[in-house]
Amino acid sequence: MTPSAAGADAKAKPLVLVSQPSDSGLTPVMEGQFRFVLAADADAATAAEARVLFVPGLRPVTADLIDRLPALELVAAISVGLDHVDLDACRRRGITVTNAGATFSVDIADYAVGLVVAVLRRVAAADAHLQRGRWAMDGDYPLATKVSGKRVGIVGLGSIGSLVARRLAAFGCPVAYHSRTRKPAPCPYTFFPTVRALAADSDVLVLACALTEETRRVVDREVMEALGAGGVLVNVGRGGLVDEPELVRCLREGVIGGAGLDVFENEPDVPAELLDMDNVVLSSHKAVATAESIRGALDAVSGNLEAFFAGRPLLSPVSL
Amino acid sequence: MESLGVLLLYPVNAYLEQELDRRCRLYRFWESPRDEFLRAHAGAVRAVVGNANYGADAALIDALPALEIVASFSVGIDRVDLAKCRERGIRVTNTPDVLTDDVADLAVGLAIAVLRRIPQADRYVRAGLWKSRGDYTLTTRFSGKRVGIIGLGRIGQAVARRVEAFDCPVNYHQRTEQKSVYPNYTYYPTVVELASNSDVLVVACPLNASTRHIVSREVMEALGPKGVLINVGRGPHVDEPEMVAALADGRLGGAGLDVFEDEPNVPEALLGMDNVVLVPHVGSGTYETRKAMADLVLGNLEAHVLSKPLLTPVV
Repeated sequence: MTPSAAGADAKAKPLVLVSQPSDSGLTPVMEGQFRFVLAADADAATAAEARVLFVPGLRPVTADLIDRLPALELVAAISVGLDHVDLDACRRRGITVTNAGATFSVDIADYAVGLVVAVLRRVAAADAHLQRGRWAMDGDYPLATKVSGKRVGIVGLGSIGSLVARRLAAFGCPVAYHSRTRKPAPCPYTFFPTVRALAADSDVLVLACALTEETRRVVDREVMEALGAGGVLVNVGRGGLVDEPELVRCLREGVIGGAGLDVFENEPDVPAELLDMDNVVLSSHKAVATAESIRGALDAVSGNLEAFFAGRPLLSPVSL
Repeated sequence: MESLGVLLLYPVNAYLEQELDRRCRLYRFWESPRDEFLRAHAGAVRAVVGNANYGADAALIDALPALEIVASFSVGIDRVDLAKCRERGIRVTNTPDVLTDDVADLAVGLAIAVLRRIPQADRYVRAGLWKSRGDYTLTTRFSGKRVGIIGLGRIGQAVARRVEAFDCPVNYHQRTEQKSVYPNYTYYPTVVELASNSDVLVVACPLNASTRHIVSREVMEALGPKGVLINVGRGPHVDEPEMVAALADGRLGGAGLDVFEDEPNVPEALLGMDNVVLVPHVGSGTYETRKAMADLVLGNLEAHVLSKPLLTPVV
């Protein structure tokens, strides 16, 4: 192959800038179809040419970066949450944003249910007890509390929340929810107009909504007091949904009974006090971390990129 | 039932013990050496209350000439000598139904915990490793995994209903197929075939002579390097040394265990395994369920004393 033909081949593959190094890699399909260049390594010509930015992680995508890409038309995120992308900047520039759509929803929902059972039935704490050899020493393990029949309140009945609802309903839990708008009939779950009202009527509060300006710190002291001393908070959304210092205080004071937390305000920092509590289950933002989800999310990105460059409708655009 | 002499084999539950003390003539088996106790009180014992680990075996039954009823604080009564009870005309009751939800909740919770490594993530964070090393390990999805249930009784059915909400195909094995009752579940005539066609295998049958070691080496190898065993039945359902070896070799993918052959002893080789979750026989270990179980034991004893039909007789 002559150098010019090789160059022409390379140019034939559409350019995709990448906002950060990717832990999830790329699929063979993606590598075959597109030319990926790390934004930090892009020269002026490449930056001027780039119509697409692939966001393969949660590092902030700032207005500054977006403004350095004059030809940018599409931001394709691997995640479902977009709180790390400056959506105002995208809106201003008329840039379209796609996310992972519903590809992660099943795994996030499964993990939320796993956390509910793990907190109420003390699975992680009991396992730790056995790991330390204490069963033989201490005798019978303290009693936990039943999952079946607990009133479950879900904040956000989108694709994740509705899957959580279906699963916990099968455990015999009555399910209620709060969402920006009431879901149309036939929705089998009871609607509450505020998170506080939902918490007051719930034993378990599961956070499955997006982090936006409206939902930042939506779980505050008032909500936690409404949830109550026997109540359990499970967060698979974003750490920013919860007033974290207040959460630690409420757990310490027994204002709420326990928590299952996959996300935190300032990951990977976890408030030190939580590390000693046995009524909490902690997790390193892993609700999406299955091979199936990552593959699904990469396929969603790949599909969106293909559609974009072919002028077809995008698979999972987000309304800004 | 103040005159009912009740022998409590072990401090199974504070509320139950308190009620037995208040309403009956309570003897606590652990308070004095066995022989001394029997010499002093054997003739006064008309009822025995035990649990999953402490039952009325042949020797104890023989030592209690006035025994009329064994009311177990458990649903499994493999530690009660049923043949001897039948021979002596001794009634036996257990505590079914009230603990079904708890055991099923735990079985499914363990399956998710194993596949998604929930306790491992918790330990990782507590050890400060998320901060120092990050966490890039991937696990595998629970939803959609094929769930095989050994024994589609009350607990097995409750497990099946829950996993259906995760779109898990349900397979089962028991003595007879019941196609008209479970048209959506796939029956397998042997446990090995069930294991070969399942990703998660749940033990939910009673322990008796024909189900001891029902989960054999062959079954575990059929379940395979990606398969997960969930035991919420009895330790002896599983060939424990074979299981430990299979997990260590990778011939079995993982296990969530609530029960062990020699409780409270857990094989040391299982500790620290990334693909194993261990809990100390807490299947019915919630305060709600233990209270309901205690009330059922008391209700059975009361019915017996009043010559009314027993609430939950086994014999």
